[in-house]
Amino acid sequence: MFLINCPFCGEREQSEFKAGGEAHIVRPKQPTELSDDQWAEYLFMRKNIKGIQFERWNHIHGCRKWFNMVRDTSNDEIKAVYKMGEKPPIK
Amino acid sequence: MTKNLRVKSSKLVDETYRISFKFNGTTYYGFKGDTLASALLANNIHLVGRSFKYHRPRGIMTAGSEEPNAIVQLHNGTSRTEPNVRATEIEIYEGLVASSQNCWPSVKFDIGGINNFLSPLLPAGFYYKTFMWPASFWEKYEYFIRKSAGLGKSPDVPDPDIYEHKYIHCDVLVIGAGISGIMAAKTAAKNGFKTLLVEEKSYLGGSTIYQDSEFFKINNQNSASWLEKEINEVKKIENLEIKTRTSVAAFHGYNFLLARENLTDHLPLEQRENKTRQKLLKIRAKKVITATGSIERPLIFDNNDRPGILLSSAIKKYADLFGVACGEKNVLFTNNDSAYETAISLIQKGIKVQAIIDNREEIDSKLIKETEKNNIKIYKGYTIVDTFGYKRINSVSIMKLSKDGQKVIGSKENISCDSLGISGGWTPAVHLFTQSGGKLKFRDDDQVFIPNTYPSNQISIGSCNGDFTLDEILINTPKLLKEFLNITKTEYENIEIFSAFNKSKRNIWLLPSNKIVGKTKSFVDFQNDATAKDIKLALREGFRSIEHVKRYTTTGMGTDQGKLGNMHALGIISETASSKLGELGTTTFRPPYTPLTFGTIVGRNVGKYFDITRKTPIHEWHVENKAEFENVGQWKRAWYYPKNGENMHQAVQRESKAARDSAGILDASTLGKIDIQGTDASEFLNRVYTNAWSKLEIGKCRYGLMLNEDGMVYDDGVTTRLDENHYIMTTTTGGAATVLGKLEDYLQTEWPELDVYLTSVTDHYATISVCGPNSKKIIQKVIPEIDLSDKDFPHMSFRNSIIGKVKCRVMRISFTGEQSYEINIQANYAKSVWENCMEAGKEFNITPYGTETMHLLRAEKGFIIAGQDTDATMTPIDLQMDWIVSKKKFDFIGKRSLYRSDTIREDRKQLVGLITDNPEEILEEGAQIVADMNKTPIEMLGHVTSSYFSPNLKKSIALGVVKGGKNMMGQKLIIPMEKKQINVTVTDPVFLDKENKRLNA
Ligand SMILES: [Zn+2]
Repeated sequence: MFLINCPFCGEREQSEFKAGGEAHIVRPKQPTELSDDQWAEYLFMRKNIKGIQFERWNHIHGCRKWFNMVRDTSNDEIKAVYKMGEKPPIK
Repeated sequence: MTKNLRVKSSKLVDETYRISFKFNGTTYYGFKGDTLASALLANNIHLVGRSFKYHRPRGIMTAGSEEPNAIVQLHNGTSRTEPNVRATEIEIYEGLVASSQNCWPSVKFDIGGINNFLSPLLPAGFYYKTFMWPASFWEKYEYFIRKSAGLGKSPDVPDPDIYEHKYIHCDVLVIGAGISGIMAAKTAAKNGFKTLLVEEKSYLGGSTIYQDSEFFKINNQNSASWLEKEINEVKKIENLEIKTRTSVAAFHGYNFLLARENLTDHLPLEQRENKTRQKLLKIRAKKVITATGSIERPLIFDNNDRPGILLSSAIKKYADLFGVACGEKNVLFTNNDSAYETAISLIQKGIKVQAIIDNREEIDSKLIKETEKNNIKIYKGYTIVDTFGYKRINSVSIMKLSKDGQKVIGSKENISCDSLGISGGWTPAVHLFTQSGGKLKFRDDDQVFIPNTYPSNQISIGSCNGDFTLDEILINTPKLLKEFLNITKTEYENIEIFSAFNKSKRNIWLLPSNKIVGKTKSFVDFQNDATAKDIKLALREGFRSIEHVKRYTTTGMGTDQGKLGNMHALGIISETASSKLGELGTTTFRPPYTPLTFGTIVGRNVGKYFDITRKTPIHEWHVENKAEFENVGQWKRAWYYPKNGENMHQAVQRESKAARDSAGILDASTLGKIDIQGTDASEFLNRVYTNAWSKLEIGKCRYGLMLNEDGMVYDDGVTTRLDENHYIMTTTTGGAATVLGKLEDYLQTEWPELDVYLTSVTDHYATISVCGPNSKKIIQKVIPEIDLSDKDFPHMSFRNSIIGKVKCRVMRISFTGEQSYEINIQANYAKSVWENCMEAGKEFNITPYGTETMHLLRAEKGFIIAGQDTDATMTPIDLQMDWIVSKKKFDFIGKRSLYRSDTIREDRKQLVGLITDNPEEILEEGAQIVADMNKTPIEMLGHVTSSYFSPNLKKSIALGVVKGGKNMMGQKLIIPMEKKQINVTVTDPVFLDKENKRLNA
């Protein structure tokens, strides 16, 4: 079980958090202009990487804030956490 | 038969404290400190069970948690009976009653024993090959397999014991209190680390604590005496907590570990009342030091499983620690020096050692010399080729090994015995290390896997790290500790060590025999009855991956997870397939390391504490008025209020009729309520609901549908504009938390520029809904100052008001189709307002109704319930609710998905009404809907989602989803049931008052 460093609260048990899938997927500004394929790309397609992955997490039983995490899925090492809207500190 | 095999001078048992216990119906005696296994052995009982597949007689094999055979059922009354208890771990207590588990009808005569003679017919994969085919027969096979496999009996009444969970945070966790664990705990604690030391046994010191001879010395004292002094010091250190009888079950990432602390299982039954039985410790440690020791390997030869065959180290332990001789004529069989340690212990205690059979040809150590001095015959370069004795070993056959160890030569010789100790060297207990994600490396010298790379802040020390001998431990452990704890010095520098142990070992995974492998029963996994022959068969059949061989042969799949034989399985595979052992990898060790009781896992979360129960502020009134309750999520909701012995149907019919004929009252407090404020609140609602919100006047209410981004309906409710920038949104009872979560998600991540604040106020306000033609009169009596005229307070509007001195909000909204008012009031006043309504409504026969009537009334009107009439595949168009989807709005969540190629299909399942030909016939919710019974396969068009008998329409009504249903109005369809077919007609989903006249009646 992870120990997650919430950018607002500090280190907390994983059981206080909820995972929210892949990060940095921006909702299209004008969905109506998109083709079915383009919309499906936004709606359904998610990466499932072995290695460095960018993820959304929510401190659901804490400050309820969403934030981003960089995690190596091969060994579960959390490389970084950062606030929504911030650029990932790692490529 | 009940000979006493107790010898003097044991470390652990108190011979002044006698305890009686029962095993398989007979009463025996042991002493305080005995395990069930040591007490049975003292009574000369080896036969304790039958093997899983062949039902061969099996005896106690080990003295620890790695035990594969001695698994018993404990009977502490019907509610405390416990299966799968290892006799080697349970400490005896006054009143203990145990019985053999894996045998039927009795351990001495076991019907399944015939499998032993049928064994040529029961090869590896037998179950897969036979019982899986034909599939329809499985049910019949299963009964017999389960009965004869007899995996113990679980109690069939609730567990009366108390279990707890506890969180522990520490700087250093040390697992295992053997010599290296003690050194580590002392060093860590003395250097200021808050330290926790856990040990699965009842005592500290591991195997060194009974390594009491002149052949193992530290600073000129016997190693046992030296360690005892260390332990006494360790017990006095303040920032060191020690927990015995505590076994670590799981080692997860980020140094999170689960351990089970056993608090009462060793106590007499009457001393256990009102005490916590077991605790699940949830440990988060900054640093973990694993010192879990090692497990002695058996040797693999023909008939190596008879009662009386034990690990050589177990024989030593029973003698040293418990003062018990495992036999009067002991033979030891070894490939390394460990058996000589056992021999010396037995000699010291006056227990006879008949002979030692050693695989090695050329051997020399002080231990061996000492053994020879005692006139014990040593057969060097020999192996055992067979053993004899059905329920207890009585002799062994030995033969000389060839130079290369591949075959046996010369003639057979027989040695009689009543106990055989086997030693194949040692396997580091790396289970927890690998659970944590650690990677192993193979050490060719002595053929062991040892820790290589650590995934978290942890180390392994002592024999679980491959340091098996006293000198290795005392030299390497301080070095490792200094680096790990970042300290410059330990107390263990310049220590004088003397160890008579010589490390030489002759490793032969499968010992040769004068028979061909196919004719031998050389057990690798004792619990699951997997033999060397089975593994070879699996390889012949083409299995290569160790994970596949494991599953096919069931090697390592018992409750002991193959702690004894897994290495041999790997060894045999590598030898047979000529692959390198280090490259084969190992199977995965999964938690728990030793089995956990369900009680420990659930802790206090049982019965009414299993989940949170939410009650409305009016709950007590419902209880007083004999409501039946329904669970809706965590909420208890009044379901119906039976009167004078009514059943549910009768009560619901009465309530439904009263609500339409005069007045009904509903506790709607469980509806989710979200307070929305901010200058962009209207814009926000525009984006999350399908309809338009900008033009909603202050004081007006509007119904809204919420979609997921994929266009599917997931919640609905009425939202009211309280002020320019202030709304109150209601959600379904079950959807409240997810709706709030989803709205927060969009606000925080997609639209952070919006000035909107969301607050859950579900628990702050109670909601009382009064409906029916007389509702207006009742509300007027309860709130005299409010103007309820249709002109001033029309349907879908809201007014602030006051009841007594308490402010309230009144909404005129309706989920029943009747004229209807909802009073929202601060929760702690709700019950008295409810009582006011009941009092005011008396003259109108105001009738409290529950969720069932609410569902019926809304179904008459064709109103959906999100989650009942919808699943995650219904769009608003599918629900025939096109009217609520704004065509003008540029965007809202889910909009784009409403015209994907899939969502515009004409033949999607659509919501329709269903009327049965026979008006008395009520459909079953969930029943399938078809058009043509003769088509094969029959095409399922949809299913019934809601179904009731309407007392107001005096007929059965139902809602359902049907493929292309929108265009099927008036068409006949069939609901096929088990014994009949029900004919229905497709209709509009609105059954009652299509013109909405009743809203203003
Ligand atoms: Zn937080």
